[in-house]
Amino acid sequence: MIVANKKPIEEIIDMVKGYRKLLILGCNECVTVCEAGGKKEVAVLASALRMYFMNEGTKIEIDEVTLERQCDHEYLEEIRNSMDQYDAVVSLACGVGVQFMAEKYFGSPIYPGVNTCFMGVTEERGVWSERCQGCGQCILDRTAGICPISRCAKRLLNGPCGGSTKGKCEISKDLDCAWQIIIDRLKELDRLDDYEEIAPIKDWSTERAGGPRKVVREDVRQ
Amino acid sequence: MRLQYPSNINIIKLPCTGKIDLIHLLRSFEKGADGVYVVGCLEGACQFTSGNIRARKRVEQAQEILEKIGVGGERVQMFNLSSSEAPHFVQVAVEMTEKIRDMGPNPIKTAMQKAA
Ligand code: SF4
Ligand code: SF4
Repeated sequence: MIVANKKPIEEIIDMVKGYRKLLILGCNECVTVCEAGGKKEVAVLASALRMYFMNEGTKIEIDEVTLERQCDHEYLEEIRNSMDQYDAVVSLACGVGVQFMAEKYFGSPIYPGVNTCFMGVTEERGVWSERCQGCGQCILDRTAGICPISRCAKRLLNGPCGGSTKGKCEISKDLDCAWQIIIDRLKELDRLDDYEEIAPIKDWSTERAGGPRKVVREDVRQ
Repeated sequence: MRLQYPSNINIIKLPCTGKIDLIHLLRSFEKGADGVYVVGCLEGACQFTSGNIRARKRVEQAQEILEKIGVGGERVQMFNLSSSEAPHFVQVAVEMTEKIRDMGPNPIKTAMQKAA
């Protein structure tokens, strides 16, 4: 999933001061799971903002809506008829949702309510970590299912580097060396011979180096 | 024992403090409560293993938000005591009432009255 983190309330207050009618828009998918932008977080933010502005003596109306997703047209269309009444929207979706809102409702100010961090997993409640950088050319088949692009600090394709110590990465003793895990798993799978093969130079043009990306699938396109 | 505790306190009974969400705490202040405190079982004695630990975290989250929005984080507190500690319950009720009296009324309540 896409992992996001809450923005500090003072940052959001700063964005929305001056508006009189606000919509706080949550998303029911990834940001709900990582407890940054689902229905609960929408309610908390709305309540906190209402109190802040009431205390300041500013009259403000705040509505709360949580859509199934903010990255698909059909869900964003659900609010089309009510968008006119809002001076601004704070979207608690990931950056993708915020942008799709901004594209769709071109004349409405849309503000981000979360910091979008990465694609990752829930290690345990309250701990999320990165697993994929969407490089567009997956090499997990060669690395025993462990991604060196997202998990090795140097994104090495033929690791480890000289800094790998007792299974930990040289940038932090709290971080497992991705290449140590790759080797451990190759061993477990009885595939250590694969490790001897030098990985070819990676084609980074499918990653961000090639500019903004797009997937077009004529087989499913309408 | 039939001990007396301050009559300004409105008790909301829950099966476990783990039932409390951050929004419940914030809504109480939005509706004008001057202070809110959560009384949970002793740490390590939760029937549901960690209800009271979760409640404490939510109280801390509420404190942080209330502080930042100018309501005052101290207005929400968490206490742990066992059901057999009636005198302690009274002591907490008195302490909390005095603390909130010192802090004065919830500024949101005052602002709402002004706006009405
Ligand atoms: S190799 Fe690329 S696509 Fe595969 S997991 Fe790593 S970053 Fe993601
Ligand atoms: S120690 Fe391991 S994870 Fe860290 S940079 Fe070197 S190879 Fe990559």
